[in-house]
Amino acid sequence: MQFGIFSVGDVTTDPTTGRTPTEAERIKAMVRIALKAEEVGLDVFATGEHHNPPFVPSSPTTMLGYIAARTERLILSTATTLITTNDPVKIAEDYAMLQHLADGRVDLMMGRGNTGPVYPWFGQDIRQGIPLAIENYALLHRLWREDVVDWEGRFRTPLQGFTSTPRPLDGVPPFVWHGSIRSPEIAEQAAYYGDGFFANNIFWPKEHFQRLIGLYRQRYAHYGHGTPEQAIVGLGGQVFMRRNSQDAIREFRPYFDNAPVYGHGPSLEEFMAETPLTVGSPQQVIDRTLKFREYFGDYQRQLFLMDHAGLPLKTVLEQLDILGEEVVPVLRKEFAIGRPANVPDAPTHASLLAARRQQEDQEKEITV
Amino acid sequence: MRLVAVTAGLTQPSSTRLLADRLAQSTAERLGETAGITVVELRELAVDIANAFVTGFPGARLRAAIDTVTGADGLIAVTPVFSASYSGLFKSFFDVLDPEALAGKPVLIGATGGTPRHSLVLEHAMRPLFAYLRAVVVPTAVYAATQDWGETGDAYGGGPAERIDRAAAELADLMARRAPRTAEETKVNGAAEEVVPFEEYLASIRPGN
Repeated sequence: MQFGIFSVGDVTTDPTTGRTPTEAERIKAMVRIALKAEEVGLDVFATGEHHNPPFVPSSPTTMLGYIAARTERLILSTATTLITTNDPVKIAEDYAMLQHLADGRVDLMMGRGNTGPVYPWFGQDIRQGIPLAIENYALLHRLWREDVVDWEGRFRTPLQGFTSTPRPLDGVPPFVWHGSIRSPEIAEQAAYYGDGFFANNIFWPKEHFQRLIGLYRQRYAHYGHGTPEQAIVGLGGQVFMRRNSQDAIREFRPYFDNAPVYGHGPSLEEFMAETPLTVGSPQQVIDRTLKFREYFGDYQRQLFLMDHAGLPLKTVLEQLDILGEEVVPVLRKEFAIGRPANVPDAPTHASLLAARRQQEDQEKEITV
Repeated sequence: MRLVAVTAGLTQPSSTRLLADRLAQSTAERLGETAGITVVELRELAVDIANAFVTGFPGARLRAAIDTVTGADGLIAVTPVFSASYSGLFKSFFDVLDPEALAGKPVLIGATGGTPRHSLVLEHAMRPLFAYLRAVVVPTAVYAATQDWGETGDAYGGGPAERIDRAAAELADLMARRAPRTAEETKVNGAAEEVVPFEEYLASIRPGN
């Protein structure tokens, strides 16, 4: 099972000091946070993609390429890559390039994006969100798997004899997750391709995601990729920890109360009851996260949101220390207990390459 | 038959609640023994409704109220008149519903105000709102001004009691003509899990379609 963090990349005023970081500080902070994730033994760092203030990560592969050069083991991912408004040809090229530079430590999470004006800014129509996600991904999927592509679709200029370069590392396309908060169409898309499904469950009650993940698992099996239990599921989480849970609540409350996404609404206590947000001791975070398996089945990837709402870098790094040293080792051990042997790990470049070689060998034997 | 009354009255007791109760009782009497009345007091949900706007999801209490309303066989919706329209709380509740949630549902609309001069709020604000939500609104809408509570009618028409009974009869009639909603129809958020095979999506985006 993989554990990691995902960052929205928001520039938010620290409500306790009134100080707002510069874009430069926030960008460097994101890099520092990614490096820290590797230091403390996490597996994944994923960056958001946004094209409007107050967010900085508009150019994910630039940032991930830089992080790749300064890490050895960390898987670099996105949360999410805008499959609707990016040209799928550019996604194919950018992430294949990143894959080579990072020696395969790359995967992506596709998302539609929820900022209305981004669509017209990039020449698209938000009412076509689902068709864009379907067509653009269908093209991206082919560009990584076919050396020469002829293509005609509804949304982009046709391609004749086009080769996306560089070709994916070792001929193995990056693994793709499809992120969704509410669309069964996207669960269906992930199931159809045998890709991963990431349910960003951090802002909504669990019942909603149980239905969505249940649908994905059932359709994954329908399309012949394995049993429902073998489908590749990722989940979000949001935590703030101190040794003493009352200290955690006291310290986090002003950030919660003023958070751009949910601030000035329900109380911290109400929000913790309704969503996976856990503010408390490391043991409380462990207990709460272990519950996810009961709700959603054995799963493959757990990403935590740790660096938003104006939390200072120093605090975020302390949180990552606690996460990496006290929480994740216990979660790894506990999640392994009782996990059926046929439930796979999240695919990596190495595992996909091995699977591909095995398949090639089998095909050779058949022809002999 | 499940009859649900939504009232946005704010005072305790409230004349808006009083009107909702009168409409509900009159409708239930016409439907007979099978009718169960549930009243949703929006005052008690005011903070939950505001929180749903901020967080993007309804909390447990509001979810239960939404399920009650969307699962109703007939709905009575009554608001006080504020600033020449329905109250903000009333509108906010219907804003957090799924836009499809009331499609085809029999609805009786009512409003209360201090003077009779606001009575066209029913026709100029309430009826268009429920038309947008594709509910089936009965022809008689009931407005009760403060003075109506002491009226019994005059040479030109009956008092509020007559209007209440006429509207209730229209709602009861509409409800009785419809089969009770099935479990499938009353599922929260409609049939969100209905599976459309992915090949159909792919086919729909092919050029020429």
